[in-house]
Amino acid sequence: MPLLKIGSLTVDYRTSRGTIRAVEDVSFSLEKGETLGLVGESGSGKSTLGLSVIRLVPYPGVIVKGHVKIDGKDIVRLPEHELRFIRGRKVAYIFQDPMTSLNPIKKISAHFAELIRTHEPNVKEAKALERAKTVLKDLGIRPERINDYPHQFSGGMRQRIMIGLATALNPDLVIADEPTTALDVIVQAKILDLLESLRNAYGMALILISHDLSIILERCDRVIILYAGHMFEHASSTELHRNPRHPYTQGLLQSIPNIELADQKLAAIPGSPPNMLNLPRGCRFWPRCSYVMKICRTKEPPLIDIGHNHFVRCFKYSRGRAKS
Amino acid sequence: MSKVKIKQSILARLIPRLTSLTKKGPSGWMAILGIIILSALVIMTVIAPWIRPHDPIKTGVGPIRAPPSSQFPMGTNHLGQDMLSRILCGGSIMLQISTLSVLVCFLIGVPLGLFSSYVGGIFDRACSLVIDAIYAFPGLVIAIAIAAMLGPGVVNMALSIAVVYIPSYFRIVRSQVLSIKELTYVEAARASGAKWHTIVFRYIFPNVIPSIVVVATINFADAVLTAAGLTFIGLGVTKDVPDWGWDLTDGRALLSSGTWWVITFPGIMIILLALGFTLIEEGLSELLNPKLQR
Repeated sequence: MPLLKIGSLTVDYRTSRGTIRAVEDVSFSLEKGETLGLVGESGSGKSTLGLSVIRLVPYPGVIVKGHVKIDGKDIVRLPEHELRFIRGRKVAYIFQDPMTSLNPIKKISAHFAELIRTHEPNVKEAKALERAKTVLKDLGIRPERINDYPHQFSGGMRQRIMIGLATALNPDLVIADEPTTALDVIVQAKILDLLESLRNAYGMALILISHDLSIILERCDRVIILYAGHMFEHASSTELHRNPRHPYTQGLLQSIPNIELADQKLAAIPGSPPNMLNLPRGCRFWPRCSYVMKICRTKEPPLIDIGHNHFVRCFKYSRGRAKS
Repeated sequence: MSKVKIKQSILARLIPRLTSLTKKGPSGWMAILGIIILSALVIMTVIAPWIRPHDPIKTGVGPIRAPPSSQFPMGTNHLGQDMLSRILCGGSIMLQISTLSVLVCFLIGVPLGLFSSYVGGIFDRACSLVIDAIYAFPGLVIAIAIAAMLGPGVVNMALSIAVVYIPSYFRIVRSQVLSIKELTYVEAARASGAKWHTIVFRYIFPNVIPSIVVVATINFADAVLTAAGLTFIGLGVTKDVPDWGWDLTDGRALLSSGTWWVITFPGIMIILLALGFTLIEEGLSELLNPKLQR
């Protein structure tokens, strides 16, 4: 049984200006210890997808269809009080902005004590703090600093503390929602190395959400490319890197800066993502696509299995397959 | 543990806290000055029955409208009552009313604001509508109307003042909670499996406390002034209790005949009391913010 299994998940935001389908018909599964990358531009639904896994889609978001099974338990249909045993304990979430992710008036010790004692009520406060100190040591933060307030730490340190909080209870799955976007490049690499070493040490699965395809390709076993709420491509990192099929993925890969091609102008995908309230008819990408065909403007392409566990949502491949 | 020991341990814990305030710069000093003024006034009121030279309500203990002298250091009023005795005893009503009204405001306004904005929806709309309706009236006018309806007395005055200030608590708490509940650390708490009451009482409420304390101390100072105002127009306590508010009323009438001391001394006392609360507020509002700690 896979650790996480998501089936035809659809999430709507019911706003006053209309319904926005932020995630549509997304299915994938994740094994224990695996790393999955979610890549997409802002508004592509990657955070919404991540938050759906612990059913914390912010108001007015609603999961309208599909299931999210963690260890076989469908959290979409779970009552709220049982969700608490999943959140933090089985699935931990690391938010994008480390500056506001910690309660400003509570010391780091209180954060750890509360988290540990919420899920393991019999653990004594002193014991919980002992554990917290070992966690901090692993993160490269002096254990004495446990009595400091969040504002006394730098952004990178706070993000390390967030990672410590997320991993303190040894969860099966950690979702890191753009954990390095708010940090500078050097700290970025350190944070990602830290996540990777913790994953190796404790064997937890990791969902890494980012808009940076290069980071994801480097760190993840598998990649899902999201565009306007649709899964555009789903493959292993090596396969996706060697053999990108979707025009959007190809565009993304071409827009990664390459030092050997420094004299060339960086390729960028023309246009911008569609307005989610007013999606184009047919494929969501056709107005920006250089391979656009007649059928793309009228019909929505299905997700096509092209072999080697490689899935693509593009008509280019449905035709070829039909011929062969 | 004996009573004396308990007292000692409380003092032993309190004194280093107070002295540590002096190390925190001007805001610490302001808070200390406020605490000194306030505790001096409270102690004065408590021990007044034993140190007052005359019965504060007995008429004719001296000549009428005698100016301050060695025998009557604050003079006498038009009934020949000793002003010093009246000043010493007159704070009791003010302190009772302000404490009681702040307590009522706090107990109603804070939970209402907290839950109204945390729950949101129709409940929040309804609460805000009622509170805004109260807020739309000038405070003193409502206090006068309610005090006139309820009749005189300490509790009634406190209630009528409380109604005026509940909206301030409600609105401050509500707007703070609205912004705090959207912050990432509240979401992070939810994502780590915290219970709803943990989120409300340990993540949201403590972050609102600094603003509430500030409102409470302003409220204290204002309640003193409103109480004085209510007594001034005759809606306060009965005249057989010594009260600074009454002395203000009497003093105003006597001012035209050159008797300045009957209005000056109770006026100074009311200002001191309000000043004490305001200084504490100014000091605390900075000290309670952990981000400003060094």
